Amino acid sequence: MLSPVTLITGTRKGIGRFLAEHYVRQGHRVVGCSRAEIDWTLDGYTHYVADVADEKAVRGLLADVRRKYDRLDHVINNAGVASMNHSLLTPVSTVHHVLDTNVVGTFLVSREAAKLMQNHRYGRIVNFTTLAVPLKLAGEAVYVASKAAVLSLTQVLARELVELGITVNAVGPGPVDTDLIRAVPKEKIERLVAQQAVRRIGTFEDIANVVDFFLKPESSFITGQCLFLGGV
Amino acid sequence: MHRDLVSLIVNLVRELDGRPGTTIPEELDAGTPLFGRDGFLDSLGLVTLVVGVEQAIEDSFSMRVGLADERAMSQTRSPYRTIGSLAEYAGRLIAAELSDA
Repeated sequence: MLSPVTLITGTRKGIGRFLAEHYVRQGHRVVGCSRAEIDWTLDGYTHYVADVADEKAVRGLLADVRRKYDRLDHVINNAGVASMNHSLLTPVSTVHHVLDTNVVGTFLVSREAAKLMQNHRYGRIVNFTTLAVPLKLAGEAVYVASKAAVLSLTQVLARELVELGITVNAVGPGPVDTDLIRAVPKEKIERLVAQQAVRRIGTFEDIANVVDFFLKPESSFITGQCLFLGGV
Repeated sequence: MHRDLVSLIVNLVRELDGRPGTTIPEELDAGTPLFGRDGFLDSLGLVTLVVGVEQAIEDSFSMRVGLADERAMSQTRSPYRTIGSLAEYAGRLIAAELSDA
């Protein structure tokens, strides 16, 4: 059997890059994308410069995947941006940017990916939401709203795509040591971690573990689910 | 172009033969209703056909068009009403793509 083809968005750094390396190690043919060029290379990994919120770019990326591999087994919608700011201080341009990347991006990549996956009546889509959704975190209104939308999108897509053999699930990490939370004051992170049952910062491996589970062929009976990390 | 697109769609519709719950009419032409009151496709059949048309256009015309349309569920204005209306819609998108190039 040919090795699976896995598309991961937002692979320039952080969790996306870690997952790209993780799945290359597992023998997947990994395709990734980010808005900017990457400063690393890896055998078994192909990179595209594409903004997930740009319909034409996403269509082009998936068309290339179809031309090159004629299949797509997994999509990990990792690309995301955050906005840590009080709602009264948040400019509308930030609102559009966050919704575009997190919601529109997840939708577009899922839509175009599902078109390719349905050719083989098989696919696994994993979206990224956040622990900040159930915690209703103050100071992140737009980010939390966008990730709540990703959660709803996951649940509805799961029902729409089930007949095509595609499962759609989400992982909801809490604070993980990435650029996304680097600007957040330490005390705020500590307060957040204190609300988790497991009181520690998450790791890339914690996330990969959940994604591994959703991607397994044996997980065909699991769809529309969200797994929040840390025990919230 | 329109005739090419109609025959491309007719061929793709024939490939749907054997789908559970789908009975493909023997005679297929531009006037054959696809989806809606008189159509023979359910929503999953329509999705499969539309995706197939997008991919076939890409393969035959080296052009990427998205046939998504918010009027899909409209009985009167949906571009997916008949084989002919779908071909016409695809043709318009191809022409727009060519004029942008």
